[in-house]
Amino acid sequence: MTAQVITVTSGKGGVGKTTAVANLATALAMDGKRVVCIDGDIGLRNLDVVMGLENRIVYDIVDVIEGRCKLKQAMIRDKKYPEMYLIPAAQTRDKNAVSPSDMVRICNDLKSDSDFVIIDSPAGIERGFRNAIAAADRVLVVTNPEVSAVRDADRVVGILEAEEKGNPSLILNRLNPTLVKNNDMLSAEDVLDLLGIQLIGIVPEDENVIIGSNKGAPVVTDAKSRAGQAFRNIAKRLQGQDVPFMDLDSQSGLWSAIQKLTGRK
Amino acid sequence: MNFFTRKKSAASAKERLQLVLVHDRTDLTPAQLEALKDDLLKAISKYIEIDPDAVQIGLERDGREQRLVADIPLRSVTRNRAG
Repeated sequence: MTAQVITVTSGKGGVGKTTAVANLATALAMDGKRVVCIDGDIGLRNLDVVMGLENRIVYDIVDVIEGRCKLKQAMIRDKKYPEMYLIPAAQTRDKNAVSPSDMVRICNDLKSDSDFVIIDSPAGIERGFRNAIAAADRVLVVTNPEVSAVRDADRVVGILEAEEKGNPSLILNRLNPTLVKNNDMLSAEDVLDLLGIQLIGIVPEDENVIIGSNKGAPVVTDAKSRAGQAFRNIAKRLQGQDVPFMDLDSQSGLWSAIQKLTGRK
Repeated sequence: MNFFTRKKSAASAKERLQLVLVHDRTDLTPAQLEALKDDLLKAISKYIEIDPDAVQIGLERDGREQRLVADIPLRSVTRNRAG
Protein backbone atom coordinates (compact mmCIF):
# COMPACT_ATOMS: atom_id res chain seq x y z
CA MET A 1 0.00 0.00 0.00
CA THR A 2 1.34 3.38 -0.92
CA ALA A 3 -0.30 6.64 0.04
CA GLN A 4 -1.53 9.33 -2.28
CA VAL A 5 0.01 12.71 -1.42
CA ILE A 6 -2.51 15.52 -1.80
CA THR A 7 -1.57 19.18 -1.44
CA VAL A 8 -4.23 21.78 -0.70
CA THR A 9 -3.29 25.28 -1.85
CA SER A 10 -4.94 28.53 -2.95
CA GLY A 11 -2.67 31.49 -3.59
CA LYS A 12 -4.80 33.84 -1.52
CA GLY A 13 -4.98 33.45 2.23
CA GLY A 14 -8.18 33.00 4.21
CA VAL A 15 -10.16 31.08 1.60
CA GLY A 16 -10.39 27.93 3.71
CA LYS A 17 -7.31 25.79 2.97
CA THR A 18 -6.75 24.71 6.55
CA THR A 19 -10.45 24.05 7.07
CA ALA A 20 -10.49 21.96 3.89
CA VAL A 21 -7.47 19.92 5.02
CA ALA A 22 -8.91 19.25 8.49
CA ASN A 23 -12.28 18.27 7.05
CA LEU A 24 -11.03 16.11 4.20
CA ALA A 25 -8.59 14.30 6.51
CA THR A 26 -11.31 13.69 9.09
CA ALA A 27 -13.79 12.53 6.44
CA LEU A 28 -11.21 10.10 5.05
CA ALA A 29 -10.50 8.83 8.58
CA MET A 30 -14.27 8.39 9.10
CA ASP A 31 -14.17 6.17 5.99
CA GLY A 32 -11.52 4.05 7.68
CA LYS A 33 -8.52 5.45 5.81
CA ARG A 34 -5.13 5.99 7.40
CA VAL A 35 -4.37 9.69 7.02
CA VAL A 36 -1.42 11.90 7.88
CA CYS A 37 -1.84 15.69 7.69
CA ILE A 38 1.17 17.95 7.38
CA ASP A 39 0.93 21.63 8.29
CA GLY A 40 3.15 23.32 5.70
CA ASP A 41 2.71 26.83 7.07
CA ILE A 42 5.96 27.21 9.01
CA GLY A 43 5.76 30.14 11.43
CA LEU A 44 1.97 30.46 11.17
CA ARG A 45 0.73 27.06 12.22
CA ASN A 46 -3.02 26.60 12.48
CA LEU A 47 -3.98 23.11 11.45
CA ASP A 48 -3.38 21.97 15.05
CA VAL A 49 -6.02 24.31 16.53
CA VAL A 50 -8.54 23.64 13.76
CA MET A 51 -8.16 19.91 14.44
CA GLY A 52 -8.21 20.41 18.22
CA LEU A 53 -4.73 18.95 18.75
CA GLU A 54 -2.82 22.04 19.89
CA ASN A 55 -2.21 20.74 23.41
CA ARG A 56 -0.51 17.57 22.26
CA ILE A 57 2.39 19.05 20.31
CA VAL A 58 5.86 18.06 21.47
CA TYR A 59 7.86 17.95 18.26
CA ASP A 60 7.24 19.55 14.86
CA ILE A 61 8.30 19.06 11.26
CA VAL A 62 11.47 21.14 11.60
CA ASP A 63 12.53 18.95 14.55
CA VAL A 64 12.22 15.97 12.20
CA ILE A 65 14.19 17.66 9.42
CA GLU A 66 16.96 18.80 11.78
CA GLY A 67 17.21 15.39 13.42
CA ARG A 68 15.98 16.26 16.91
CA CYS A 69 13.31 13.57 16.80
CA LYS A 70 12.13 10.62 14.74
CA LEU A 71 9.31 11.11 12.26
CA LYS A 72 6.96 8.99 14.40
CA GLN A 73 7.58 11.22 17.42
CA ALA A 74 6.30 14.28 15.54
CA MET A 75 3.12 12.49 14.44
CA ILE A 76 0.26 13.48 16.75
CA ARG A 77 -2.49 10.92 16.92
CA ASP A 78 -6.03 12.33 16.65
CA LYS A 79 -8.27 12.18 19.73
CA LYS A 80 -11.19 10.57 17.97
CA TYR A 81 -9.73 8.76 14.96
CA PRO A 82 -6.65 6.70 15.89
CA GLU A 83 -5.72 6.22 12.24
CA MET A 84 -5.35 9.97 11.68
CA TYR A 85 -2.19 11.91 12.50
CA LEU A 86 -0.96 15.49 12.33
CA ILE A 87 2.62 16.61 11.76
CA PRO A 88 2.58 20.20 13.00
CA ALA A 89 4.49 23.14 11.56
CA ALA A 90 7.20 24.83 13.60
CA GLN A 91 5.91 28.07 15.07
CA THR A 92 9.15 29.88 15.81
CA ARG A 93 10.94 29.23 12.52
CA ASP A 94 10.44 30.40 8.96
CA LYS A 95 9.85 28.73 5.60
CA ASN A 96 13.55 28.41 4.86
CA ALA A 97 13.89 25.76 7.58
CA VAL A 98 12.24 23.33 5.12
CA SER A 99 13.26 22.52 1.55
CA PRO A 100 11.28 20.83 -1.22
CA SER A 101 13.52 17.75 -0.94
CA ASP A 102 12.83 17.55 2.83
CA MET A 103 9.12 17.38 2.03
CA VAL A 104 9.65 14.69 -0.59
CA ARG A 105 11.72 12.63 1.86
CA ILE A 106 9.16 12.92 4.68
CA CYS A 107 6.27 12.03 2.37
CA ASN A 108 8.16 9.02 1.02
CA ASP A 109 8.72 7.82 4.59
CA LEU A 110 4.99 8.19 5.32
CA LYS A 111 3.75 6.51 2.16
CA SER A 112 4.12 2.87 3.15
CA ASP A 113 2.03 3.14 6.34
CA SER A 114 -0.83 5.38 5.20
CA ASP A 115 -3.50 5.78 2.55
CA PHE A 116 -3.44 9.57 2.26
CA VAL A 117 -0.93 12.27 3.12
CA ILE A 118 -2.57 15.69 3.03
CA ILE A 119 -0.40 18.80 2.99
CA ASP A 120 -1.76 22.19 4.05
CA SER A 121 0.07 24.77 1.95
CA PRO A 122 0.70 28.29 3.19
CA ALA A 123 -0.82 31.19 1.25
CA GLY A 124 1.33 32.77 -1.42
CA ILE A 125 3.45 31.37 -4.25
CA GLU A 126 6.84 31.40 -2.61
CA ARG A 127 9.07 28.96 -0.72
CA GLY A 128 6.39 27.51 1.55
CA PHE A 129 4.09 26.87 -1.42
CA ARG A 130 6.96 25.30 -3.39
CA ASN A 131 7.71 23.04 -0.41
CA ALA A 132 4.06 22.07 -0.16
CA ILE A 133 3.68 21.04 -3.81
CA ALA A 134 7.06 19.30 -4.11
CA ALA A 135 5.80 15.88 -3.05
CA ALA A 136 2.23 16.17 -4.35
CA ASP A 137 0.68 13.42 -6.45
CA ARG A 138 -2.41 15.55 -6.71
CA VAL A 139 -3.15 19.22 -6.00
CA LEU A 140 -6.44 20.69 -4.82
CA VAL A 141 -6.87 24.42 -5.34
CA VAL A 142 -9.28 26.10 -2.93
CA THR A 143 -10.96 29.34 -3.92
CA ASN A 144 -13.99 31.46 -3.05
CA PRO A 145 -16.43 32.91 -5.61
CA GLU A 146 -14.83 36.32 -5.27
CA VAL A 147 -12.57 38.29 -7.64
CA SER A 148 -9.33 38.35 -5.64
CA ALA A 149 -9.51 34.66 -4.66
CA VAL A 150 -10.23 33.57 -8.25
CA ARG A 151 -7.42 35.71 -9.63
CA ASP A 152 -4.89 34.25 -7.17
CA ALA A 153 -6.16 30.72 -7.82
CA ASP A 154 -5.49 31.28 -11.52
CA ARG A 155 -1.89 32.29 -10.77
CA VAL A 156 -1.41 29.12 -8.74
CA VAL A 157 -2.92 26.96 -11.49
CA GLY A 158 -0.53 28.61 -13.97
CA ILE A 159 2.48 27.78 -11.78
CA LEU A 160 1.28 24.19 -11.29
CA GLU A 161 1.01 23.89 -15.07
CA ALA A 162 4.51 25.27 -15.56
CA GLU A 163 5.84 22.86 -12.91
CA GLU A 164 4.03 19.98 -14.64
CA LYS A 165 2.24 18.99 -11.46
CA GLY A 166 -0.66 17.39 -13.32
CA ASN A 167 -4.17 18.77 -13.52
CA PRO A 168 -5.27 20.37 -10.26
CA SER A 169 -8.85 20.04 -9.04
CA LEU A 170 -10.93 22.90 -7.72
CA ILE A 171 -12.71 23.19 -4.38
CA LEU A 172 -15.07 26.14 -4.58
CA ASN A 173 -15.53 27.10 -0.95
CA ARG A 174 -18.08 29.37 0.76
CA LEU A 175 -20.54 29.58 -2.08
CA ASN A 176 -23.71 31.39 -1.06
CA PRO A 177 -26.56 29.93 -3.16
CA THR A 178 -28.90 32.84 -2.40
CA LEU A 179 -26.39 35.40 -3.66
CA VAL A 180 -25.71 33.27 -6.74
CA LYS A 181 -29.43 33.05 -7.43
CA ASN A 182 -29.67 36.83 -7.20
CA ASN A 183 -26.74 37.15 -9.64
CA ASP A 184 -24.66 38.84 -6.99
CA MET A 185 -22.05 36.11 -6.68
CA LEU A 186 -19.97 34.27 -9.27
CA SER A 187 -21.56 30.87 -9.86
CA ALA A 188 -19.67 27.58 -9.93
CA GLU A 189 -20.03 27.62 -13.74
CA ASP A 190 -18.51 31.12 -13.89
CA VAL A 191 -15.51 30.13 -11.77
CA LEU A 192 -14.92 26.91 -13.70
CA ASP A 193 -15.14 28.78 -17.00
CA LEU A 194 -12.63 31.37 -15.78
CA LEU A 195 -10.12 28.92 -14.31
CA GLY A 196 -10.48 26.12 -16.85
CA ILE A 197 -9.80 23.28 -14.40
CA GLN A 198 -11.84 20.33 -13.17
CA LEU A 199 -14.17 20.62 -10.18
CA ILE A 200 -13.96 18.26 -7.21
CA GLY A 201 -16.47 19.98 -4.93
CA ILE A 202 -18.57 23.00 -4.04
CA VAL A 203 -18.82 23.83 -0.35
CA PRO A 204 -21.73 26.09 0.61
CA GLU A 205 -21.23 28.86 3.12
CA ASP A 206 -22.17 27.39 6.48
CA GLU A 207 -21.85 28.87 9.97
CA ASN A 208 -21.25 25.37 11.32
CA VAL A 209 -17.73 25.57 9.86
CA ILE A 210 -16.83 28.30 12.38
CA ILE A 211 -18.57 26.46 15.18
CA GLY A 212 -16.53 23.37 14.29
CA SER A 213 -13.27 25.34 14.30
CA ASN A 214 -14.18 26.89 17.64
CA LYS A 215 -14.54 23.43 19.12
CA GLY A 216 -11.60 21.88 17.31
CA ALA A 217 -13.99 19.40 15.75
CA PRO A 218 -14.14 19.67 11.93
CA VAL A 219 -17.63 20.16 10.51
CA VAL A 220 -17.63 16.79 8.69
CA THR A 221 -18.39 15.21 12.07
CA ASP A 222 -21.68 17.15 12.09
CA ALA A 223 -24.07 14.93 10.12
CA LYS A 224 -26.54 17.77 9.52
CA SER A 225 -24.14 20.39 8.22
CA ARG A 226 -24.28 21.04 4.48
CA ALA A 227 -20.64 22.08 4.35
CA GLY A 228 -19.85 18.86 6.21
CA GLN A 229 -21.78 16.90 3.59
CA ALA A 230 -19.88 18.68 0.80
CA PHE A 231 -16.52 17.80 2.37
CA ARG A 232 -17.60 14.18 2.94
CA ASN A 233 -18.50 14.01 -0.76
CA ILE A 234 -15.11 15.40 -1.78
CA ALA A 235 -13.41 12.78 0.42
CA LYS A 236 -15.35 10.06 -1.42
CA ARG A 237 -14.27 11.52 -4.77
CA LEU A 238 -10.65 11.46 -3.59
CA GLN A 239 -11.15 7.75 -3.02
CA GLY A 240 -12.23 7.39 -6.64
CA GLN A 241 -15.98 7.18 -6.01
CA ASP A 242 -18.42 8.86 -8.34
CA VAL A 243 -20.58 11.03 -6.08
CA PRO A 244 -23.13 13.43 -7.64
CA PHE A 245 -22.79 17.10 -6.77
CA MET A 246 -25.15 18.39 -4.08
CA ASP A 247 -28.22 20.39 -5.00
CA LEU A 248 -27.40 23.68 -3.32
CA ASP A 249 -30.75 25.24 -4.16
CA SER A 250 -32.83 23.00 -1.94
CA GLN A 251 -31.96 24.93 1.18
CA SER A 252 -33.94 24.47 4.30
CA GLY A 253 -33.96 26.95 7.14
CA LEU A 254 -35.64 30.12 8.21
CA TRP A 255 -34.27 32.42 5.52
CA SER A 256 -35.38 30.29 2.59
CA ALA A 257 -38.74 29.75 4.30
CA ILE A 258 -39.18 33.52 4.46
CA GLN A 259 -38.14 33.79 0.82
CA LYS A 260 -40.71 31.21 -0.17
CA LEU A 261 -43.43 32.99 1.79
CA THR A 262 -42.68 36.34 0.21
CA GLY A 263 -42.25 34.80 -3.22
CA ARG A 264 -38.74 36.19 -3.55
CA LYS A 265 -36.57 33.43 -4.92
CA MET B 1 -30.01 52.28 -5.79
CA ASN B 2 -33.07 50.82 -7.43
CA PHE B 3 -33.25 47.11 -6.76
CA PHE B 4 -34.89 46.33 -10.07
CA THR B 5 -32.65 48.25 -12.41
CA ARG B 6 -29.20 47.84 -10.89
CA LYS B 7 -26.71 45.78 -12.85
CA LYS B 8 -26.05 42.50 -11.11
CA SER B 9 -22.56 42.37 -9.70
CA ALA B 10 -21.74 38.77 -10.67
CA ALA B 11 -21.67 39.71 -14.35
CA SER B 12 -19.24 42.57 -13.82
CA ALA B 13 -17.07 40.35 -11.60
CA LYS B 14 -16.82 37.82 -14.41
CA GLU B 15 -16.15 40.40 -17.12
CA ARG B 16 -13.43 42.06 -15.08
CA LEU B 17 -11.82 38.75 -14.18
CA GLN B 18 -11.81 37.62 -17.80
CA LEU B 19 -9.73 40.64 -18.75
CA VAL B 20 -7.42 40.49 -15.75
CA LEU B 21 -6.71 36.78 -16.18
CA VAL B 22 -5.81 37.18 -19.85
CA HIS B 23 -3.18 39.76 -18.94
CA ASP B 24 -1.98 37.84 -15.87
CA ARG B 25 -1.49 34.67 -17.88
CA THR B 26 0.41 36.32 -20.71
CA ASP B 27 2.33 38.68 -18.46
CA LEU B 28 1.42 41.41 -20.95
CA THR B 29 0.06 44.76 -19.80
CA PRO B 30 -2.67 46.46 -21.83
CA ALA B 31 -0.05 49.08 -22.88
CA GLN B 32 2.33 46.39 -24.11
CA LEU B 33 -0.50 44.78 -26.05
CA GLU B 34 -1.18 48.13 -27.75
CA ALA B 35 2.52 48.45 -28.66
CA LEU B 36 2.46 44.91 -30.05
CA LYS B 37 -0.56 45.78 -32.20
CA ASP B 38 1.19 48.87 -33.59
CA ASP B 39 4.34 46.92 -34.45
CA LEU B 40 2.31 44.15 -36.03
CA LEU B 41 0.36 46.59 -38.21
CA LYS B 42 3.54 48.41 -39.26
CA ALA B 43 5.16 45.12 -40.30
CA ILE B 44 2.12 43.99 -42.28
CA SER B 45 1.69 47.39 -43.93
CA LYS B 46 5.13 47.07 -45.48
CA TYR B 47 3.79 44.28 -47.68
CA ILE B 48 0.05 44.74 -48.03
CA GLU B 49 -2.29 47.63 -47.71
CA ILE B 50 -4.61 47.22 -44.75
CA ASP B 51 -7.47 49.15 -43.27
CA PRO B 52 -6.07 50.22 -39.88
CA ASP B 53 -9.45 51.30 -38.50
CA ALA B 54 -11.02 47.92 -39.07
CA VAL B 55 -8.21 45.92 -37.49
CA GLN B 56 -9.07 43.88 -34.41
CA ILE B 57 -6.30 42.27 -32.39
CA GLY B 58 -6.83 40.77 -28.96
CA LEU B 59 -6.11 37.93 -26.60
CA GLU B 60 -8.70 35.21 -26.29
CA ARG B 61 -8.99 32.28 -23.92
CA ASP B 62 -10.11 28.77 -24.57
CA GLY B 63 -10.01 26.79 -21.35
CA ARG B 64 -6.49 27.35 -20.10
CA GLU B 65 -5.15 28.17 -23.57
CA GLN B 66 -4.40 31.71 -24.62
CA ARG B 67 -4.52 32.86 -28.19
CA LEU B 68 -3.54 36.08 -29.93
CA VAL B 69 -6.33 36.57 -32.45
CA ALA B 70 -6.02 39.14 -35.23
CA ASP B 71 -8.65 40.09 -37.76
CA ILE B 72 -6.95 42.30 -40.35
CA PRO B 73 -9.08 43.28 -43.36
CA LEU B 74 -7.04 44.02 -46.50
CA ARG B 75 -7.71 46.92 -48.86
CA SER B 76 -8.62 45.65 -52.28
CA VAL B 77 -5.52 45.64 -54.50
CA THR B 78 -7.25 45.07 -57.85
CA ARG B 79 -9.41 48.17 -57.41
CA ASN B 80 -6.30 50.32 -56.92
CA ARG B 81 -4.66 48.87 -60.03
CA ALA B 82 -7.72 49.52 -62.17
CA GLY B 83 -7.64 53.17 -61.14
